Amino acid sequence: MKLITAVVKPHRLDEIKEALQAFGVHGLTVTEASGYGRQRGHTEVYRGAEYTVDLVPKIRIEVLAEDDDAEQLIDVIVKAARTGKIGDGKVWSLPVETAVRVRTGERGPDAL
Amino acid sequence: MAPAITLAADAPTLSSANTGFMLICSALVMLMTPGLAFFYGGMVRVKSTLNMLMMSFISLGIVTILWVLYGFSLAFGTDSGSLIGWNSDWVGLSNIGLTELWDGYTIPVFVFLVFQLMFAIITPALISGALADRVKFSAWALFITLWVTIVYFPVAHWVWGAGGWAFELGVIDFAGGTAVHINAGAAALGVILVIGKRVGFKKDPMRPHSLPLVMLGAGLLWFGWFGFNAGSWLGNDDGVGALMFVNTQVATAAAMLAWLIYEKIRHGAFTTLGAASGAVAGLVAITPSGGAVSPLGAIAVGVIAGVLCAMAVGLKYKFGYDDSLDVVGVHLVGGVVGSLLIGFFASGKGQSEVQGLFYGGGLDQFWKQCAGVFAVLGYSLVVSAILAFLLDKTIGMRVPEDDEVAGIDQAEHAETAYDFSGAGGGAARSNVTGPVADTASKKVDA
Repeated sequence: MKLITAVVKPHRLDEIKEALQAFGVHGLTVTEASGYGRQRGHTEVYRGAEYTVDLVPKIRIEVLAEDDDAEQLIDVIVKAARTGKIGDGKVWSLPVETAVRVRTGERGPDAL
Repeated sequence: MAPAITLAADAPTLSSANTGFMLICSALVMLMTPGLAFFYGGMVRVKSTLNMLMMSFISLGIVTILWVLYGFSLAFGTDSGSLIGWNSDWVGLSNIGLTELWDGYTIPVFVFLVFQLMFAIITPALISGALADRVKFSAWALFITLWVTIVYFPVAHWVWGAGGWAFELGVIDFAGGTAVHINAGAAALGVILVIGKRVGFKKDPMRPHSLPLVMLGAGLLWFGWFGFNAGSWLGNDDGVGALMFVNTQVATAAAMLAWLIYEKIRHGAFTTLGAASGAVAGLVAITPSGGAVSPLGAIAVGVIAGVLCAMAVGLKYKFGYDDSLDVVGVHLVGGVVGSLLIGFFASGKGQSEVQGLFYGGGLDQFWKQCAGVFAVLGYSLVVSAILAFLLDKTIGMRVPEDDEVAGIDQAEHAETAYDFSGAGGGAARSNVTGPVADTASKKVDA
């Protein structure tokens, strides 16, 4: 199994959710996050005082996938998240040792 | 305030219309203090929101009691030396007849004194914006008590009390440009020069945590200000109160637009905070001048105040004083601008026949305005600085640095403004050990 993590622009969340549902993903976890990459935040002005806001709002999406689906799922997310402008975010995956469905106790791929 | 109408033949009689109008105006001015609390409260960081709100609200408590005990007597009692008033019948408001009229006017003394009370409440609250995030609440409460006693009550007497020197000199201050705004702005400057900057000033980002709260506060201030300004004529028998009402709207609109255009050119955007600040700058500037100028004059006053205040709020970064929410930049500068512009824009067709320079009246009135402005500014600045210094040396003005950094709300009020955690963050647990646990054990006993 793989854990796919995507840190993307908040306004792309709905597109990504729909794309994942169409692909057959049954569940995901979304967290509000903040951070910066190459775009290095933005500037805000309050009564003439300029503030550099370098941590900008992001959405962090986590999805568990079977090994065979992982690469394809990453492509789905990347396609749905892309605007082509700087700050679109990152997607990565990590191997997962165990997963358990809490309600039933099922383990491994059955728990997904 | 209006010159007393004393026609020998018919002394003023009680007017129900004016009395009702003035009671409503008093409630409007009262609402300005909570409005100010939100205006300031939205501008601070999350961790000091409640403290900022409370610095205004506590003034509603303290100043009301002082006003009943001796404040009204000091400010409006019989003059001595043109500097201070006193009337022992007014101590505790105990010997005032219910139908006794305020001398020369058509409203009861009780109506006049409650209207004036609301001014005494908001003036120290205005100062609090400069002291955000860092002042011990007990020290602030004591500061208000002493400050209104030795600064506000005397200055209100100078400007509005019969026999007060500025009143007798002919300084025009319709609703409080000197007594309220210059007074509070200068006091703010005096105090911050003594207590110093917030931890991280100019280094850490200190952007407003809630601009919607700021807009709400600005809206309440704008609304309440009609009572503050139009009510200051204590009636509307000659239409001057209505002129003031109109000019209040006109100058505020002009100042908001001026601030927005200035910052669009200078900083590239029309900001929400700019709109709110410009509106307040216009309200401040028209406060002393609105009874003296024409509506076109009010536009000029608003535009000049909007631009000058927008420029003035940047000075704190240049000179390094931490006027946290720009009390100096908006109230002191706006008050000075509005008071001095009377010397140029007084039309002679409003509250008096005095004309300013642009209406052929020469500079006479301008020099009188200067005397009022700089006397109040100097007195308030110096006395407030001394007061802050003495309090700092005795009980201490500032919270410990750790508390300031962690958040003054938690340290001083044992509360936080917002619960950001969907799960409640665990705060409920401490409650369970209190009353809930007690009830549970009682049930077992039964």
